[in-house]
Amino acid sequence: MTFAKQIFIGLVGVTMMTGMLSSTVAAFEPNKPVEFIIMAGKGGGADKMARLLQAIVEKEKLSSRPLFPTNKSGGSGAEALIAAKNANDPDHTIMVTLNSFFTTPLRQPGLRIDNTEFAPIGRMAEDSFLLWVNKDSGITTFEQYLQVAKADGSKWVMGGTGRAGEDNIITNYLNNEFGLTMKYIPYQGGGEVAKQVAGNQLNSSVNNPSEALGFYESGDLVPLVAFTDERLPLFPDVPTLKELGSDFSYFMQRAVVGAPGMSEDALAYYTDLFTKVYASADWQDYKTKQSLMGEFMSGDQLRAYWDQQNSRHTVILKASGDIK
Amino acid sequence: MRKAEIVTAIILGILSLCIMWKSGEAPAWDPTVARFDNIGLIDGEGPGSGFWPFWLSFIMFICCIWIGINWYRRTSPPSQSDAPFLDSSGKHMLLFVGGGLIGFLLVIYVLGFYGAIPLFLIYYMRFLGNHTWKLTGMISVGMPVFCFFFFDIAMRIVLPKGYLEPLFIPLYEIFL
Amino acid sequence: MDVLISLLDGIMVALEPINLGLAILGVVVGLFVGAMPGLGSVNGVAILLPFTFVIQSFTGGATSPMIFLAAIYYGAMYGGAISSITLGIPGASTAVSTTFDGRPMALAGKAHIALVAAALASFIGGTISNIMFTGFAPLLASVALSFGDPEVFALMLMAFATFIGLGGDDIPKTIFSICIGLVLATVGFDIVSGEPRLIFFDITGFTHGIRFLVLAIGVYGIGEMLWTINTNRHGSSMTQVDVSARSIIEAIKEFRHAKRGTLIGSFLGFFVGILPAAGATPGALMAYGVAKLTSKDQASFGKGNINGIAAPEAANNSASTGAMLPMMTLGIPGSPTTAVLLAGMVIWGLQPGPLLFTNQPDFVWPLIGSFYISNVIAVLVNLAFIPVFLWMLRMPFTILAPMIFVLSLVGTFAAYLDMFDVSLMVLVGFAAFFLRILDYPVAPAVLAIVLGPIAEPKLRQSLLFSDGDFTIFLTRPIAGPITVVALILIFLPLIKFIKNKMTTKKET
Repeated sequence: MTFAKQIFIGLVGVTMMTGMLSSTVAAFEPNKPVEFIIMAGKGGGADKMARLLQAIVEKEKLSSRPLFPTNKSGGSGAEALIAAKNANDPDHTIMVTLNSFFTTPLRQPGLRIDNTEFAPIGRMAEDSFLLWVNKDSGITTFEQYLQVAKADGSKWVMGGTGRAGEDNIITNYLNNEFGLTMKYIPYQGGGEVAKQVAGNQLNSSVNNPSEALGFYESGDLVPLVAFTDERLPLFPDVPTLKELGSDFSYFMQRAVVGAPGMSEDALAYYTDLFTKVYASADWQDYKTKQSLMGEFMSGDQLRAYWDQQNSRHTVILKASGDIK
Repeated sequence: MRKAEIVTAIILGILSLCIMWKSGEAPAWDPTVARFDNIGLIDGEGPGSGFWPFWLSFIMFICCIWIGINWYRRTSPPSQSDAPFLDSSGKHMLLFVGGGLIGFLLVIYVLGFYGAIPLFLIYYMRFLGNHTWKLTGMISVGMPVFCFFFFDIAMRIVLPKGYLEPLFIPLYEIFL
Repeated sequence: MDVLISLLDGIMVALEPINLGLAILGVVVGLFVGAMPGLGSVNGVAILLPFTFVIQSFTGGATSPMIFLAAIYYGAMYGGAISSITLGIPGASTAVSTTFDGRPMALAGKAHIALVAAALASFIGGTISNIMFTGFAPLLASVALSFGDPEVFALMLMAFATFIGLGGDDIPKTIFSICIGLVLATVGFDIVSGEPRLIFFDITGFTHGIRFLVLAIGVYGIGEMLWTINTNRHGSSMTQVDVSARSIIEAIKEFRHAKRGTLIGSFLGFFVGILPAAGATPGALMAYGVAKLTSKDQASFGKGNINGIAAPEAANNSASTGAMLPMMTLGIPGSPTTAVLLAGMVIWGLQPGPLLFTNQPDFVWPLIGSFYISNVIAVLVNLAFIPVFLWMLRMPFTILAPMIFVLSLVGTFAAYLDMFDVSLMVLVGFAAFFLRILDYPVAPAVLAIVLGPIAEPKLRQSLLFSDGDFTIFLTRPIAGPITVVALILIFLPLIKFIKNKMTTKKET
């Protein structure tokens, strides 16, 4: 290949690239601040993530208009879902979601929310869950845990975030699968739960790694088992439940969605925006440190993921008696 | 004042009863649960979800009856007073200031904060306060401009704009 | 000794030009954000969090951004008193108790004394808690860990006990006010059962509950304002105040009468502040209650007693520093503001937890050093701006009133970004105005809506734990004594009152 030819091909490539870029950019670009709804209160895991995403967008100057975060924590996500559904301008309304994206429409059918109507912008990560106990309990393996918890019956107390939420689902699973009768007490946030276990007020918890990391490093909390498919890089010595013979894993989606009725062009713009955010060093760094899993996912792939999660949660909640 | 005292007590009493009724509601996903199932102490769990609001509203209701008794026996100051609840200038104030406030609120829904703030300030300062047009004008222009730069630009709190939204697109272009 | 050396090193880092500049900027921003009704420290730190990434990309470490946010936090705590005193609207829940005596003082033309007392008490409260923080952080963290649900509930009971002194003379109306505050606090979502509660007419706006500022701004910004306009027909300006430098110096001298309140507030505030989930509001309220209960001149509280300003102001500043402790050493926030600060620390790549002090001394000590520095900056900046705030009070009432109305509506929206809350706030304002004419005390309702959402879940979580057995509050070593003292405090005035009534009846 001659040098001239290389330049020629390069030029064609560049013009095609710029052509493609400008066509996507010209199609849609926000002309006012973008409302960034957070499905949780200030300071929680979702809020932390949303504010980091906002900061990355501003720092890397990825968007011509800023994202302004709005916390809508009401009704376990109900308020956020309704706000997004009734958004005046769906092209300028995006939302960061958790698993209440699946459970709340099931638990509160009166809301008439169909979560598949939301625009699939991008799944930024999946958060994992581990089973934690206090080091003073002397428990070091899952088998020991099962023995002690079984012996204590309903005196064994598990804490978690909210009722019929992620932590409750895992607790119910453990109770059913291993014939336990652990008591579950719902709290406002995961940080509080971890602290209660560290202070010996509760016996165990199923916190996300990020919530319990401080106490893990100090040795106060001991992880026994991970509810993931593969071992977590941060906890290489902690077995997964699958290794121990039970086919169960559970994750929390951390995804950005667009308001129902968002135009195709806007969806393409935001998907592109969050693809760039995902690739940024800051996000990758955060993902590693917080032990987040999961690759970027968008469009039809993300929709298929939602369908799968919807049917899974219907089964889980029916089994636990949290829905009819 | 005496009449207002008992009327208010009755309204608050009815409100308490309404909240008691509402507290006993069954959860949305399971309408088969009977009303008032949740207001007691559930065995081994402590209070149900309706316990706290139901019994507190019950105390509110008792308080209303107590207020009624005080009214009958004329022991509380308002139940002894013959002064009108609102005298004529009080009613005048409520009509113009209170009405202006409600008008302000309604206009926000249509024209957003930046349309409503100048209108309200002009109404209040010029027509209720009899200030000069110059002063009124300065404040009713200055206040929204301050709010725009403080909230929309500096704090990134986007106030609602109502139908005036298109006018702000160029401003975002310049300042954001 | 090691602690002192680390602290000195920390202060030196905090005094580096960039950090000092950020601290000054943060304090000024915080002061103005806090002085704005509706906006408090939580808005300040949440909104400027992204900006700290820009700082981080210049300075590298997490220290400078954190110093900036902590300075905003400090400034806002000072600023909260300003709107409480001058406008009579508590800008944040922590400043509600400051209005009880701050507002009467301002109306009596002593706003300058009240503002100076608030600033100086805040400074002393902040300094005392800084010293305790520096000296005993690890020890106090273990105290905080030993506080479970029953203990927190017992503490809330204690805060309720101090309510009794706040109401008017009309007992049924005072109880009604407390109860309606507690009932309104249950609107929204019940964490324990996971179900929506009291969603009147199925309006979505109720799903997030009735928020504190909706009630506070409604009651104070709209209700009190209408009431003032109605009763105060002849005065053209709100109060007469003297805005000379001499009056400020006089006011500083006047502060010597506020020693007792300041000391009570500083210590009590700190201990309540370090307990996770409690935060600065109960601390300030309890400091006010204790200052009143132990005073020889109880009757003057609520009518403009300088100790009634010093105690809650010292306490809320002290508690804010205290609340940093569980955030840094346990990784759990004691207040919404520390929740955002915690988010910041995690995003900057730090891991809050028991090991933070050992693993990250380069972060911890400059930050603690900056607490001392920011505190000094905050009191100086605050004193310097007092004439500006006083000048606002001299505006004719027909200018000040509409501006307060505008700020009330804008402030409510800015705090929660929801027009429903703004409408509800106006509605609450009208209701409060009518109730005010009929002598219903409204302050208990405003405080009940802050304490209710902490107390109810803690009660139920405790009872879930004990299988519904109420003796859990009496048998636990820490909860027991607190519960007993709280119950005595609650029933003492009632018994006294009934006794008094009986004797007066016999006489007549």
